[in-house]
Amino acid sequence: MTNIGKSVIRKEAEDKVTGRAKYTADYSSVGMLFGKTVISKHGHARINNIDVSEAEKVPGVRAIVAGERFPLTGEEIRDRPPIAVDKIRYHGEVTAIVVADSPSIAKKAATLIHVDYVPLPVVNSPREAVKKSAPLVHENVALYEKDEGVNPIPESNIANHTKIRKGNIKKGWDQSEVTVENNFSFPPSDHIAMETRSAIAEIKPNGDIHIKTSSQAPFMVKELLSAYFNIEVGKIIVDTPLVGGGYGGKASVQLEILAYLASKAVGGRVVKMMNEREEDLISSPCHMGLDATVKIGCTKEGILKAAELTYLVDSGAYSDKAIHLSRACAVDCTGPYRIDHIWCDSYAVYTNHPYPAPYRGFSHAEVHFVFERAMDILARKLRMDPLELRRKNAILPGDTSPTQVVLNRSTVGDVPQCIEKVKELSRWNEGQIIEVDKRYVRAKGIACVWKNSTIPPESSSGVVITFNEDGTLNLISGVVEIGTGTKTVLAQMVAEYFRMDTNDVYVRMNVDTQATPEHWKTVASRGTLMAGRAALAAAEDAINQIKDIASRVLKVRPDDLEVGNRRIFLREEPNRGLDFKEVVYGYTYPEGNAIGGQIIGRGNYILRNVTHLDPETGKGNPGPEWAVGAQVVEVEFDRRDYTYRILKAISVLDIGKVLNYKGALGQVTGAMCMGLGFGGRESFIFDQQGRVLNPQLRTYRPVQFGEQPEYIVEFVETPHIDAPFGARGAGEQGLLGMPAALGNSLSVAAGVELFHLPLIPESIWAEKEGRE
Amino acid sequence: MIPFDFEYYRPESISEAVQLFIELDQAGKNPVYFSGGTEIITLGRINVLYTNAVIDIKGIPECQVMDYHEGNLYLGSCCTLVDIEEKNLFPLLTATSKEVADHTARTKITLGGNICANLFYREAVLPFLLADSQVIIAGPNGYRTEYINQVFNQTLQLERGEFLVQLITEPDKIEAPSINIKRRRQWTTGYPLVTVAGLKLGEEIRVAISGLCPYPFRSQKMEYYINSQDFSQRDRIEKALGDVDGNVLNDTEGSDKYRLFILRNTMLDIVSTLEGERA
Amino acid sequence: MLKLTGTTNITLNINGEKRPVTVRPSETLLGILRGKLGLTGAKPGCLNGDCGACTVMIDGKPMKSCLMLGVEAPGKKIQTVEGLNGTPIQRSFIEHFAFQCGYCTPGFIMNCQSLIDTNPNAPDEIIEEWLKSNICRCTGYEEIEKAIKSVLRDK
Repeated sequence: MTNIGKSVIRKEAEDKVTGRAKYTADYSSVGMLFGKTVISKHGHARINNIDVSEAEKVPGVRAIVAGERFPLTGEEIRDRPPIAVDKIRYHGEVTAIVVADSPSIAKKAATLIHVDYVPLPVVNSPREAVKKSAPLVHENVALYEKDEGVNPIPESNIANHTKIRKGNIKKGWDQSEVTVENNFSFPPSDHIAMETRSAIAEIKPNGDIHIKTSSQAPFMVKELLSAYFNIEVGKIIVDTPLVGGGYGGKASVQLEILAYLASKAVGGRVVKMMNEREEDLISSPCHMGLDATVKIGCTKEGILKAAELTYLVDSGAYSDKAIHLSRACAVDCTGPYRIDHIWCDSYAVYTNHPYPAPYRGFSHAEVHFVFERAMDILARKLRMDPLELRRKNAILPGDTSPTQVVLNRSTVGDVPQCIEKVKELSRWNEGQIIEVDKRYVRAKGIACVWKNSTIPPESSSGVVITFNEDGTLNLISGVVEIGTGTKTVLAQMVAEYFRMDTNDVYVRMNVDTQATPEHWKTVASRGTLMAGRAALAAAEDAINQIKDIASRVLKVRPDDLEVGNRRIFLREEPNRGLDFKEVVYGYTYPEGNAIGGQIIGRGNYILRNVTHLDPETGKGNPGPEWAVGAQVVEVEFDRRDYTYRILKAISVLDIGKVLNYKGALGQVTGAMCMGLGFGGRESFIFDQQGRVLNPQLRTYRPVQFGEQPEYIVEFVETPHIDAPFGARGAGEQGLLGMPAALGNSLSVAAGVELFHLPLIPESIWAEKEGRE
Repeated sequence: MIPFDFEYYRPESISEAVQLFIELDQAGKNPVYFSGGTEIITLGRINVLYTNAVIDIKGIPECQVMDYHEGNLYLGSCCTLVDIEEKNLFPLLTATSKEVADHTARTKITLGGNICANLFYREAVLPFLLADSQVIIAGPNGYRTEYINQVFNQTLQLERGEFLVQLITEPDKIEAPSINIKRRRQWTTGYPLVTVAGLKLGEEIRVAISGLCPYPFRSQKMEYYINSQDFSQRDRIEKALGDVDGNVLNDTEGSDKYRLFILRNTMLDIVSTLEGERA
Repeated sequence: MLKLTGTTNITLNINGEKRPVTVRPSETLLGILRGKLGLTGAKPGCLNGDCGACTVMIDGKPMKSCLMLGVEAPGKKIQTVEGLNGTPIQRSFIEHFAFQCGYCTPGFIMNCQSLIDTNPNAPDEIIEEWLKSNICRCTGYEEIEKAIKSVLRDK
């Protein structure tokens, strides 16, 4: 192979280092108006009155949208008014939009809108939410329109319940000689894409709606706007340029709805909306919190027998993606281990918190934190090395997943090999804890990871390939370039298939739902599988067409022909053939007759054999494959101050096939860094009234330069047979085990079990000393 | 993006600045002096601060001074923190300054801006409290020169229309052994849980603290205990901590109890480092 | 004395070009660059001086353009990412895969360029001190560290 695996530089690299790369908010036009939201200052409150009279007087204000009852929105339950009416359910909820001639006029007027609130009792955690006495976030949840299979419990804060019933849990406990049961939790946090969300909307006189948005899901924007507002779907045209980071946060549809309503309020004129950081943190969807009870049991030899799990997903004020997130918690509700008896109840629970979007790893880093911490606690009780406990129970081909899928080598990869390699790389045998001196210790923690993508069975992807007159080609895919470099990888794949230089494959970066074939959403590490398969199908389609024409010209059978270096030629006599440029816009005979025409290759892909889950047992095939891995974090811990530095973070991931080495490495180390931030520092801090006290980057701090550890990454390559070149997802796995491995290393270092994120020195201190 | 308009003035002399303030104040424009301006811009953006007129004092030569004069170090209030660090005329100030915000932000944040900030950490004042520096303040009633420990009580006590022009520090304080330790909620970025600056003058140790309470301070009582030689280092620090008033912060950076825990260890590091130099 | 009591014309020296522009005194340099001069390379990430995505150079020093008023800028030499082309740091960022989504990249590059210009022998601590001013959410910073070090150490 000449293209696959190579560290091909991303196609848009030059644009990105010169400031020429354009993101949504970089586009502007004369006459454009600007929308600004007013957001609630309370966690839960009744809206008594919204006074816009002062704001209306500001010169340059063109419209104010407030207090109007729009159709309810939300992905699986329609429970969310796009702009609050009657009451607000979280700090940051949009209560009004001002549209004005300039951003500063809009903002000025927004500050003059006075909302009179009557504070209501606040539901400040999922644990509080499920108490009988809890105030209701939604009074009439049963009345909402919802998807089939979604079952909110009336008169409660439970938006949905997913069950996993595998084996016979009673039997599992009977077989268990050693058990542990613990409660874990962490509050919601955020994605912190450096580009805050932005959307520009215009409604044309013929009713066409043009939306430009920083989204991971432009096709969903179209689909959902159509469904929510009963608009013919073809009238909605969504354009997405480069996106400045998503991590799942831009897969939810929110600001686009507001931009549409804002444009509608000014007769369809162009309106740009852009979140300031504070709004992006709390007003737009965040990263879920979780409260989990994990009970696991094993034999004296450490063979896992039973797992009983209760997950309360902090779904915030609106269910949107939270139902799906809570379902994903159930699907891969354990670590990658063979466990015959599993009982899991996963609930999406309403609280008065900001509501979640997907977050890199889609519930897996969250479940892994609680499950992998429990594994270490179990190992300690067994007096067994935690790596050994994992090795003994590692899931293998022939075993079944929690949703009872019988696994094979293609679908589950090679967990034992990942464990073996990480053992070596981390020098596990030198000891999990090493005393540096009286004050400092170094300690290691391990976590194993797996992830399937619980995406809807009908999700599909399409690719079109067109040609240029010189025989180079253009690749058009609905994958959004959010930073993962997927479009460059697609070009590598197609170049490989055509046996040509990746430089001769041009890639269309922007996605335009009217001109680009659909790619469901740029999420779930599914770009290389789905768009990859579609791209190869398109390549094959194009090659067949080229062969068809060339076979007539050369008077040979099509299957005697091969392509390479922008030529089509006879396999046996490579010198006999045609350049692509002679064929791809039709072949012209010397006398002037032409045959063929421009070649357009088309390809699509739809996941096969993915099924809905049985509502009573959870049985079903949730997605195409599990990417697996093992990770270790090593810390240097100060036993006097309870502070620590992360020295090393090690990942061994089975990614099937490395498609772009440096690209994959960057995806993994970047994800690791994000996971360490989530584990070590990042969370919303709420007050008693459910208000977020740290909605700025100076108080909500992602990892910064110099705080990162040394990264050690190695890949295992067990092919996923269905995937192009055998590649598995690689964008998320690096994150999954980081909070757990960090928690495990610190629990060893501090000599105290840690149950909550983020793992800040104060919480370790509190576990250890603060109770005395 | 600041959601309101203001007038912008850049006077070239102290008297111009003061005169302007008086006029704008009388006109009801609620003027503010603007040096680095980072706080006016960021707090203005979120409507925590409002003004109709800013008076940018960076154009006043006296505010840009960074030099020795008759043996003493004069630092103008409009010197940026990065300029001060790069010239490194006052090592303890350099050490303290380098922990404020981040490097790029410090190319804009000024000495006077940090000392007179709304945000209560005001860490740049710590070295001056320890050095018994003097401040030159200009205002409607002319100039006054005061010892900072007389006029800095949680904040610099400025009369309406006054602004900080310079800080004057004696060379023995500048050359004295010193140390600055900033401790944060996690790792190496963010606001302080506590910042402690220490200075050893002869045998006497001085400490000033930011982040513990909603204001920076230097406590003579704490220093008295720290310097009472009859007890062990630990006991002296315990006694000193016993004198911290009840106003310990309990916020998103950390709880009051944890802050005191961190302060204890930090004080231990400060005192043992400074006393170690005697040995 | 400079007095600007309302919307005013100022001239900014940007990337060696004189750019007249009409501003209100309360507008930040970032807002003017992006909204009035079409220089969208400097990115808004927080408008609060926390993230560094809007970093430009003012008289050679890195500056968060969201922390500076436009009216403070006349008479100063402003450099934005649009003024850099084919520099070693830009090439190095590409070769080392030092960005993914690219949104923080202009700010990082301007900060790095200033460091290279003013402190070509910067030791590791100084590199860390300077680069802590910018947040990158995609990479784990390893590639950025390699990119800047390869330029500084090659000198």
